[in-house]
Amino acid sequence: MVELVLFIVFGLIAVAGALSMVLHPNPVYGALGLMATMLSIAVFYVVNSGHFIAAVQVVVYAGAVMTLFLFVIMLIGVDRAENLEERLPMQRQLAIGLGVAFLVLIGLIGGNAWITAPASASEPNGSVEAIADLIFTDWLLPFEVTTLLLIIASVGAVALAQFSPRRRGGAEE
Amino acid sequence: MEVTAGWYLALGAVLFVIGAGGMLLRRNALVMFMSIELMLNAVNLTFVAIGRHVGDLNGQVAVFFVMVVAAAEVVVGLAIMISVFRRRASASVDDLAVLKG
Repeated sequence: MVELVLFIVFGLIAVAGALSMVLHPNPVYGALGLMATMLSIAVFYVVNSGHFIAAVQVVVYAGAVMTLFLFVIMLIGVDRAENLEERLPMQRQLAIGLGVAFLVLIGLIGGNAWITAPASASEPNGSVEAIADLIFTDWLLPFEVTTLLLIIASVGAVALAQFSPRRRGGAEE
Repeated sequence: MEVTAGWYLALGAVLFVIGAGGMLLRRNALVMFMSIELMLNAVNLTFVAIGRHVGDLNGQVAVFFVMVVAAAEVVVGLAIMISVFRRRASASVDDLAVLKG
């Protein structure tokens, strides 16, 4: 019963936030709507016994990623209204039609191909210990590769950010 | 009424389609980027819901890795966007027709 109430309330918040992100012309409101969506998804993680993942979702997505997005939105173009006139013919109608068709397709496939849980399926334990147990044994190599990925990403971001626009036409570094 | 994994999968599908629609409808590069994040979140939700359904923790580990990759992707993508904005003074993808800086 509690889960049903949580699902309805936060499901509505998630869909409303996502729709406001897509439809609102001002990207700042869009980012805040996406933040609401991410926080309600964190609630769903807690309900689905993913406690560590929910904390990571709040810290990394709702905290770090969306703050970075807000910084860049403030930097780039809040004052500039988006040109909403479409250059491709039929793009808008096609996009909406294909989106609805995609949703129907997912519904059809998902409704038919349903996996049955094994008889011994119990609620997984999503604590830090259990997740660390998996990451540092079965998933050790992917975990190490992510450290490499993060280093490459931070070095790449610094290299891109110090790009100097003065040297137009010259060799760029 | 009991909330089963199918409900979460349906919600994830709806969020994914909204994200894909934002990708197709909007012309602001930042909003398109946020739509990608929304699609990643929708798929993460299905991972966690299915992981609970079959009683397996590996789904949550996969979500963890998706989050790491998404964070790295956001850092690089926003840096690219800022350096494009310095040259073009526009965040609309319609104005980006050439790769040359």
